[in-house]
Amino acid sequence: MSWLDKILPSRIRANKKDKGSVPEGLWHKCSNCETVIYRAEFEKNLNVCPKCNHHGRISARKRADIILDAEGKIEILNDIKPIDVLNFKDKEKYKDKLATTQKKTGENDAMVVYQGFINKIPVIACFFEYSFFGGSMGSVVGEKFSIAVKKCIEGEKALICFSASGGARMQESLFSLFQMAKTSAALNSLSNKRLPYISILTDPTMGGVSASLAMLGDINIAEPNALIGFAGPRVIEQTVGEKLPNGFQRSEFLQEHGSIDFILNRSEQKIKISEIISALMSNHDNEETSR
Amino acid sequence: MKEFNPNYLDFEQPLLELENKIKQLHNDPEKTAKSEAAMEKLNKEYQNLTKKIFDNLSDWQISQLARHPLRPYSLDYIPNIFDSFNELHGDRMFGDDPAIVSGLAKIDNHNIVFIGHQKGRDAKDKVMRNFGMSKPEGYRKALRMMRLAEKFNLPVVTFIDTPGAYPGIDAESRNQSQAIAENLFVMSNLKTQIISIIIGEGGSGGALAIGVGDRICMLQNSIYSVISPEGCASILWKDSKKAEQAAEALCITSGKLLNHKLIDLIIPEPLGGAHRDLTAMSSSLKINLVNLLDEITEINIDDLILQRKKKIESYGEFEI
Repeated sequence: MSWLDKILPSRIRANKKDKGSVPEGLWHKCSNCETVIYRAEFEKNLNVCPKCNHHGRISARKRADIILDAEGKIEILNDIKPIDVLNFKDKEKYKDKLATTQKKTGENDAMVVYQGFINKIPVIACFFEYSFFGGSMGSVVGEKFSIAVKKCIEGEKALICFSASGGARMQESLFSLFQMAKTSAALNSLSNKRLPYISILTDPTMGGVSASLAMLGDINIAEPNALIGFAGPRVIEQTVGEKLPNGFQRSEFLQEHGSIDFILNRSEQKIKISEIISALMSNHDNEETSR
Repeated sequence: MKEFNPNYLDFEQPLLELENKIKQLHNDPEKTAKSEAAMEKLNKEYQNLTKKIFDNLSDWQISQLARHPLRPYSLDYIPNIFDSFNELHGDRMFGDDPAIVSGLAKIDNHNIVFIGHQKGRDAKDKVMRNFGMSKPEGYRKALRMMRLAEKFNLPVVTFIDTPGAYPGIDAESRNQSQAIAENLFVMSNLKTQIISIIIGEGGSGGALAIGVGDRICMLQNSIYSVISPEGCASILWKDSKKAEQAAEALCITSGKLLNHKLIDLIIPEPLGGAHRDLTAMSSSLKINLVNLLDEITEINIDDLILQRKKKIESYGEFEI
């Protein structure tokens, strides 16, 4: 440690060892540029670093508050709960892990669904909760998403989904894998009704979620610098045995390769998404007669 | 020291020893009545031992059988079960993926569109086929075949045998996720019959991408899983050597998956596994496939698609 580092107050030191050691609570340290700011300020800025625009992770419910109008926002489908049908056990029982995670996060599973409005446009909105088993998709997420789609069809509403997920939930094995088919099939029905689906891919959107519902939006939007892909970067590195290119599997890389429509800052999401839905829905009513 | 043959799994090694003994006796130019009798005895012993080993396979042993180096692949079955096969190449956009083989096939009196994963047999072939791991162009070729099948009212038959979709820089750059998702989206509503058969390894999204359909079948000793036992072990146990336990926990065998109603049919394998008798395996596969095609083509197509959608919708276990 140099003399300069020594005289700096500990929380300003950009020491690698100290990474993440800023106590939860008053301060937030940006995981990208390591700038330290008041947590209140960080949260007021929607968990985005004011210095480097790094979009930090954010809970499903906070996202819902950002995106949806306060008026008419009602959570739905929260009575669908996970069960451990396979009696899955690794180092601990899946059943026990579910219980502790539910207690810790206050959520039943990794997706929260609302009916509500985005700038007065009626929508059904799904939000992945990353802190619940890495936002992984099992039977509950698949069922919630599928019913959300049905509600859109019943009410002629648009669908919005914010993905933040490591992929399929291993502990539910093939049941999880088949949720990829289930959610994709639901979206096929939505598509046949010509109702818009806006998919927002946030950090991270990987594996079975990326390779099903997240990539099937009429419009696919990504948050800046989000990790998005099918295979995880470590697996790829091991397989190909070479270093991955800079920015690989990040939103900007995906846009460059034509995989997403555009990148959108969190602060602009509400207005832009509502604009897009309103454009796509503008001729929905006279569809039957015009076709 | 006992010889070790890599074409025999560890639990198959006792069979190899017997096989060698039988071969020795068989090749003996001075056969006596006594040696004939000994041979018969050994043959019987061989049958009994095979039965004993294969009646009590663990899930991990079945996983090994599903990936057996001698396991028959799509191209081994094609000449044995189809009367004709015309291979069609390429996704018409980027390239031709040799990890997926597709084309027009005739089986009994059914003309079908065939799509199947293909692993390689020897080192060079393995690399050429990319170990059966498809890239986006493979899934897009499959999608093109499905559209072709829909247009000309031909049933689609898929053979699944892959460790998974290829985890590579090129595959990700061309949007592997979208390629898989698109197939799931289209297959759920494709206006023609779809039969999927797991013939070896059903590896995650790479398998499902050609595996959504009206009848999902598994060969007896195949596996179907959201992640490989090794992958699961290294993530959840933080130790890839716990693959045996992971295989058990993941419920990936045909019997368990049928119990959970995630698949529709198990196609029996000859004693000792598909690789011990390709002719018998092919004939079992052919009979079952023709039966399925006979049955499924009798159903009104709109009803069939409705049934398919209902089935897909029913996947999942939860509490309300």
